[in-house]
Amino acid sequence: MSAILQGAGAGAAAALSPFNSIDSNKLVAHSRSSLSVRSKRYIVAGSDEGTNKSFGSSSLIARRSQPLMIPNAVAATKADTASSSTPSKSGHELLLFEALQEGLEEEMDRDPHVCVMGEDVGHYGGSYKVTKGLADKFGDLRVLDTPICENAFTGMGIGAAMTGLRPVIEGMNMGFLLLAFNQISNNCGMLHYTSGGQFTIPVVIRGPGGVGRQLGAEHSQRLESYFQSIPGIQMVACSTPYNAKGLMKAAIRSENPVILFEHVLLYNLKESIPDEEYICNLEEAEMVRPGEHITILTYSRMRYHAMQAAKTLVNKGYDPEVIDIRSLKPFDLHTIGNSVKKTHRVLIVEECMRTGGIGASLTAAINENFHDYLDAPVMCLSSQDVPTPYAGTLEEWTVVQPAQIVTAVEQLCQ
Amino acid sequence: MALSRLSSRSNGIARPFSAAFNRFISTDTTPITIETSLPFTAHLCDPPSRSVESSSQELLDFFRTMALMRRMEIAADSLYKAKLIRGFCHLYDGQEAVAIGMEAAITKKDAIITAYRDHCIFLGRGGSLHEVFSELMGRQAGCSKGKGGSMHFYKKDSSFYGGHGIVGAQVPLGCGIAFAQKYNKEEAVTFALYGDGAANQGQLFEALNISALWDLPAILVCENNHYGMGTAEWRAAKSPSYYKRGDYVPGLKVDGMDAFAVKQACKFAKDHALEKGPIILEMDTYRYHGHSMSDPGSTYRTRDEISGVRQERDPIERIKKLVLSHDLATEKELKDMEKEIRKEVDDAIAKAKDCPMPEPSELFTNVYVKGFGTESFGPDRKEVKAALP
Repeated sequence: MSAILQGAGAGAAAALSPFNSIDSNKLVAHSRSSLSVRSKRYIVAGSDEGTNKSFGSSSLIARRSQPLMIPNAVAATKADTASSSTPSKSGHELLLFEALQEGLEEEMDRDPHVCVMGEDVGHYGGSYKVTKGLADKFGDLRVLDTPICENAFTGMGIGAAMTGLRPVIEGMNMGFLLLAFNQISNNCGMLHYTSGGQFTIPVVIRGPGGVGRQLGAEHSQRLESYFQSIPGIQMVACSTPYNAKGLMKAAIRSENPVILFEHVLLYNLKESIPDEEYICNLEEAEMVRPGEHITILTYSRMRYHAMQAAKTLVNKGYDPEVIDIRSLKPFDLHTIGNSVKKTHRVLIVEECMRTGGIGASLTAAINENFHDYLDAPVMCLSSQDVPTPYAGTLEEWTVVQPAQIVTAVEQLCQ
Repeated sequence: MALSRLSSRSNGIARPFSAAFNRFISTDTTPITIETSLPFTAHLCDPPSRSVESSSQELLDFFRTMALMRRMEIAADSLYKAKLIRGFCHLYDGQEAVAIGMEAAITKKDAIITAYRDHCIFLGRGGSLHEVFSELMGRQAGCSKGKGGSMHFYKKDSSFYGGHGIVGAQVPLGCGIAFAQKYNKEEAVTFALYGDGAANQGQLFEALNISALWDLPAILVCENNHYGMGTAEWRAAKSPSYYKRGDYVPGLKVDGMDAFAVKQACKFAKDHALEKGPIILEMDTYRYHGHSMSDPGSTYRTRDEISGVRQERDPIERIKKLVLSHDLATEKELKDMEKEIRKEVDDAIAKAKDCPMPEPSELFTNVYVKGFGTESFGPDRKEVKAALP
């Protein structure tokens, strides 16, 4: 599946440079094989429509013969980068979905109680190839192809978790998990509490969400805003291959139900990750770029927009601190608080809707806890409160673009 | 449970004439064969025979436990009216035979999961009266530490998975437990109980489809008490033959007021599920109380209907008649037993009333499991807590 990542808006062609490089040396063969025609429910690989002429070729065939490989998209201008993202000397390069697969495979090897259930995760290999090869290795009882019934198979995963199994439940698209909302809210989140601690629910619910490439309103949902007030669950969002693998492993090992939010457009990110085993802390935020003037809090795909804006801002003389909050529930108020105490200005860049999103909760949390340290009101850039339109230009303007981030920073730093 | 107290002397003497309170009842385990009241109706399978193997001990056990359950539910009724139990309270009286018969056919390794009418099933799984009443009144000693309430009874060590408030949601959970049993190769089955109202939930059919596909040892038991709160079954279901609704899954219709029919059916179902996959049981039963304590139960059915069922099909009366006809105890002895049970229940209530309410700090416990990197962080890395007044 070669979902093509385009980090910038249509207008800012100049900013497209890091994402434009087509690394023809590293063609990924398997992504081609999965580009067969699928049912309407699936995501079309890389739409061709209109907006992005910057790739030069608009013919689908030409594109398929040279799938776009995104090198490490976190192009920092300073020699900084948090240690958690630093590729180690002896590492191996892989794409984000492969990192997820590696994490999942290692955990399944380590613990026989881990199983995967979801639609087309087994024989098909997963619609985003996160579970590719696992069914052959572990068999049908551990990698289970379910019929299309999110409510029931999420419930079954939770029931199995009550007995001690550790299912990893995949929603083919996060939006489909709305059908399982009752199970996630009432059973997954609450059973540990209402049973007085007798049952733990060590499930991992994962899947891609977020605004993709013209997927339509129903397939571009951001569910973190709906799930955030469920007590008893944890939510994390991965954004790089490094933290994808680390968070996947940590989520599987955690005794609590964890919802791992992936993003449809980030699956082909490439990074070098360590060979040795590692795990990311589920409640910790990641310092992407230390700075002095303003704290930019972001997660998932918006991290890349923020980093892109950071480049422009540095050229203009600002020094933004970019933090990938990673843990959407609970917030890592320690890291965030330390940053606020340093910079005194906060900008939140998120992909959730304006109303009731993660940004709204984070704004409230920061105001409540760090009010004395703020020199300016907390500003939150989120997606517009509209269903995501199909047309490419409209879709671009529902999400936050780097240019808007630059403007917001300039405004806050006056 | 109480029989061990009552049967301190040797077997053989069937008719003691002592009028002492702790009288002696035969604990003979020689088999008695009992015919079920009605034949079974089967769908896509061969029904089991109507002759059920039992023993005098089991008969008396049944009587005692069912009387205990009945007494417990009536006492809960009074407690609710006295405002010691709040919120929702769904009572099981009239349906005791289902709980008892099921327990008699299975082991504690087999799992049971049910909806919110769970007090008696919890008792049958080995829960104590003290835990029941404490939980109902929200005390610390409750089975869920007072944090669950009437609809959230659980007992992990006896494989009782609750206790669920949302109608129908427990069925996929139950199929998941069956999946885990198959995954772990446990040779045990799961009974997922639901009502005639929940039988119309889509997730039930979804879970049934998966269970049939993957050959899971799941037994779906529809406790058909003919009313989904205020809606009679003929107004809610186009096809009220719930045992046939599995379509490709075999089903069995059972007289749910006859504990022995239930026992036979559950045994049959367990054998079937272990070999051939899921099966549906429909228990034709009845509840005397309304849907819950907020429902009088008389606006959608006549009092004559209720008293008619009570006279003709009451499960405890049936067992009583069997006990008397097999000469296992006299009327007086059974009445004494009932008095004793009443006292036991009253004692449990008194003890539960004395139990303290949960500590305020309990508000925040058991939200998350402490362990691998799972503490909630506040701004200063301390756990998130609010100061209660």
